Amino acid sequence: MRSEAKTVIIGGGIIGLSIAYNLAKLGESDVVVLEKGYLGNGSTFRCGTGIRQQFNDEANIRMMKRSVELWKGLSEELGMDVEFTQSGYLFLIYEKDELEAFKNNVRLQNRFGVPSRIITPEEAKEIVPPLNTNGVIAAAWNHTDGKANPFKAVFAYAEAAKRLGVEIYEYTEAKDIRVEEGKIKTVVTNRGEIKTGRVINAANAWAPLINKMAGVPIKIPIEPYKHQGVKTEPIKPGQIEPMVISFKHGGVYLTQEAYQGGVIGGYGLKYGPTYDITPTYEFLRGVSYRFSQIIPALKYVNVIRIWGGFYAETPDHNAAIGRINEIDEFYIAAGFSGHGFMLAPAVAEALAEFIVDGKTDKPLDFYDPYRFERGELRGQALQMG
Amino acid sequence: MTEDPKGKIIICRCNDVTLKEIEDLIEGGITDIEEIKRLTRIGMGPCQGRTCIPLVISIIARKAGKKPGEIPVPATRVPVRPVMMGVLAGEMGDDDEE
Repeated sequence: MRSEAKTVIIGGGIIGLSIAYNLAKLGESDVVVLEKGYLGNGSTFRCGTGIRQQFNDEANIRMMKRSVELWKGLSEELGMDVEFTQSGYLFLIYEKDELEAFKNNVRLQNRFGVPSRIITPEEAKEIVPPLNTNGVIAAAWNHTDGKANPFKAVFAYAEAAKRLGVEIYEYTEAKDIRVEEGKIKTVVTNRGEIKTGRVINAANAWAPLINKMAGVPIKIPIEPYKHQGVKTEPIKPGQIEPMVISFKHGGVYLTQEAYQGGVIGGYGLKYGPTYDITPTYEFLRGVSYRFSQIIPALKYVNVIRIWGGFYAETPDHNAAIGRINEIDEFYIAAGFSGHGFMLAPAVAEALAEFIVDGKTDKPLDFYDPYRFERGELRGQALQMG
Repeated sequence: MTEDPKGKIIICRCNDVTLKEIEDLIEGGITDIEEIKRLTRIGMGPCQGRTCIPLVISIIARKAGKKPGEIPVPATRVPVRPVMMGVLAGEMGDDDEE
């Protein structure tokens, strides 16, 4: 392991790796990524694959619009197929007041160029033929949302970053960060020390531990909650192309994996705060019940596995992204609350621009890590699962 | 052009992963079984890796010069055998959903 680096990124998930890649792309040399396990093992490899622009606030809509633009070109840019498809997101609506809220969201999304619209239950059934539309009064639909393969995306960013000179150390855990008079001196790891002047905390669920090591003096409340995912055996391709969401059925989301054909998803059962991600029978039963209500034919499909993962949640379900002023060159991009995978390309681009050029045209201010300290929370970001 | 016979040797029968795909990854520097699992989907099929995981461990051991005992076995996921959603939902045979 090298003993000196200009930038040390802590966290080898999609956020840390995409930031490393973007920094290198902007000409930064001597960038190192530390990952305490194998790449992606925290949240990214456990995520539900969805990529959506249907948020309910300007900043997330704009960030996700940019992210989708980047996702579209990512396979080509990174030189590896990340299996991004624009198969859409379909929100099932059951109540009148729910419909009003979605109409407002759609208007806001349209204003920023996201072509979402309200459709009828019949149209929804055309998009997802095996859908149970009993009780559905409308749906919100955006055909430019989509999904991608988290495994491939992580490796694509990692390999592309390595080609630009980034060094990635797996099974390398940050143990301490030495700061003297507001300046970062050294990151201590289980494999030795790295002298550095810049740290980026991309450890998501573990971000509070990294903040503590560096002595970050402000309150950034990020807590790890266990959420779970399920995967079924493959079914005939093209049955459930979009991500299908129902808040009525407990924040359930499900889609058919584009390349593999299995149905993947989850619902809003959460445990925590905890670092224990053991799967639970309660989830297995609950998710099977909810999936079968939305797509009755899934009753006859086999579950092949469930797994646990983290939503690193903040009180308003928006990440903390930006500079920590009290420590020179200490940055954070963590607490993604279940949105990290989809946001990664745009967040990484914006943060890299902010670090290298001192400015970005993306709405990074929205994710200001100081908002918790000031008690100025954002509106709750729409969160599934 | 002669085809590499390793491209026809199936290691994972659930997801049709060949010996060649696994060896190519190892030769490309990816020797962590957790990463090989994610990139090829070995061990992620209905058999939960019963067939492929021991084979992949021996391939990694041979190609990367590790002892089989040093290579951790990836997590086994619930349910151990595939189970129909309807059975888990307690609704099997009860077709009167709303």
